[in-house]
Amino acid sequence: MRVVLAEDLFLLRDGLVRMLEAYGFEMAAAVESGPELTRALAELTPDVAVVDVRLPPTHTDEGLQCALAARRARPGLPVLVLSQHVEQLYARELLADGTGGVGYLLKDRVFDADQFVDAVRRVAAGGTAMDPQVIRQLLSRRSAGDQPLARLTPREREVLELMAQGRSNAGIAAQLVVTERAVAKHTSNIFAKLGLEVSDDDNRRVLAVLAHLDRDR
Amino acid sequence: MNTDKDRTAFRTRAREALLAAVQGLVLAVVVLPCGVAFLALTLVSVALVPLGIGLVTTPAVLTGVRALADARRRLAAQWCGIRIPAVYRPLPRSANPWTRTVALFRDPQVRRDVLWLPVDMTAGFVTALVPAVLVFYPVQGFLVGAGLWRAYVREPGDTYWYGFVPVTGPVTALGAAALGALVLALTWRLTPRLLTAHFRLARAVLGGRRGELAERVRVLTETRRDAVDTSAAELRRIERDLHDGAQARLVAMGMDLGTIEMLVERDPAQAKQLLAQARRNSAEALAELRDLVRGIHPPVLAERGLGDAVRALALRLPMATEVTVELPGRADAPVESAAYFAVSEVLTNAVKHSGADRILVDMHHTDGRLRITVTDDGRGGAAAGAGSGLAGIERRLGTFDGVLAVSSPAGGPTMVTLEIPCVLS
Repeated sequence: MRVVLAEDLFLLRDGLVRMLEAYGFEMAAAVESGPELTRALAELTPDVAVVDVRLPPTHTDEGLQCALAARRARPGLPVLVLSQHVEQLYARELLADGTGGVGYLLKDRVFDADQFVDAVRRVAAGGTAMDPQVIRQLLSRRSAGDQPLARLTPREREVLELMAQGRSNAGIAAQLVVTERAVAKHTSNIFAKLGLEVSDDDNRRVLAVLAHLDRDR
Repeated sequence: MNTDKDRTAFRTRAREALLAAVQGLVLAVVVLPCGVAFLALTLVSVALVPLGIGLVTTPAVLTGVRALADARRRLAAQWCGIRIPAVYRPLPRSANPWTRTVALFRDPQVRRDVLWLPVDMTAGFVTALVPAVLVFYPVQGFLVGAGLWRAYVREPGDTYWYGFVPVTGPVTALGAAALGALVLALTWRLTPRLLTAHFRLARAVLGGRRGELAERVRVLTETRRDAVDTSAAELRRIERDLHDGAQARLVAMGMDLGTIEMLVERDPAQAKQLLAQARRNSAEALAELRDLVRGIHPPVLAERGLGDAVRALALRLPMATEVTVELPGRADAPVESAAYFAVSEVLTNAVKHSGADRILVDMHHTDGRLRITVTDDGRGGAAAGAGSGLAGIERRLGTFDGVLAVSSPAGGPTMVTLEIPCVLS
């Protein structure tokens, strides 16, 4: 699987390259600025791009803007955005086109290499990988009122959180140490309580959950 | 002894009178052409503003006017010890000609400079010329008395008027000399004062009102002290947070890693446990640093500016918050930061105390002012007075000449308005 990596700090870029190569990814390019990233994404047609939000020359949200522009040029281009901080604002911009193949994670998530690489693979496959912090903000916001979320059991909320991050039923089952059948039962309960259509497609399922959480905003 | 002293005093005074007369003469000669030229240039330049040419020339002409006024201020200080205060506003950096010109005309000091030109070329000219006249006119009388009258009175019947004395011969010429002496005796003490009057007049027109300035200085002193206090307190907080938080965690991590190094072969199981702990510590150190950074300068503010920073803030609130932004550019970083933290505090107050379930934030920029209103549908009763968090916001905005207004009748709704004068770029 060919990866384009954009990260301006040498130490982090080096570490990420080493980690991704250790997990069998092929580095198509490891760049350090916005213009280089735009060029790499246009010319190298990678399977997935791992992009830092803040990149030179502006040192603002250059990475995010490049990623969004590249996705406008090539819808569904898998992009995993990394940041020192996660903001719902940015998450919503990434999810806005509804084509999937996006991820938005705190840089800290690379501490758990297995989970991080899993997220990269999920995004490359057209799924989503949203940071738990974003999901938790969305959930806490919605549970403040007399929302349908308040009717979920604690276990169902846990399942919902993991689902919204982009995990498959198998992934959720592994994380919560339950059977896949149990997860399937929880998800159908959740969908029923939230009034969502059940869909087998992992990505569509996540987008539906996020759209529901984001409603009335 | 006594006469000596008198003589010295007399000489000094005479020198002063002569000096004032010469200075006045020089001033009068320079004042008129310069004043007329600059007034004409200014008027033409302003008239050309609609054509666009004026936008380029006006700043240049006004710089010239300012140089002229500055020269007069210097002379006033050197010659008569009169200080004429000048408070020019700083021009916006890298602004286009239009904003430059508008900013120049918005500056009361520049307006006073321009207004001073016609005053200076009329009243100013006269007050500068009079000392010279009062000193040199009697000299003319003496010269006439000494025989100069012959140049004018060639035949009987010719009359040379010196003041009200008709000079027709040697006797009347002596009369002219006497009048000259009388004028000199009466006025020679006046000349320095008349020159002073010229500069007083300049001060009256050029200088701002004193009370206004004093008030401004008082406000600035106060807000500067607040700003220094706030930033010092902020630095202390940051130091403490780093010291007790991230630094301590990194030290713990280093210790764990040392232990792991030792254990890795003897007791791999425990080493693994410690590794997990070290990883947790590093994650928590990062989380603490992240919170700290958010408290110093929120990342979204740095990346996107005020509008999106407040939008991101609104998304983190536990209640429905609608944000409308109409900002055609970005303000200076310190202004953005002050506005952001003010809004953040107002929103926190609303969340904690108002009992509202909807908040509206509106941000726009008109007439050189950034105006932000935060409205909630809560129970009201918020007060801007002492002791409340709102007083702190008010102080912080004060550094930028910003103001805070609160309307919060019991029963609600509460509307908090912040206003900061600033330019967007």
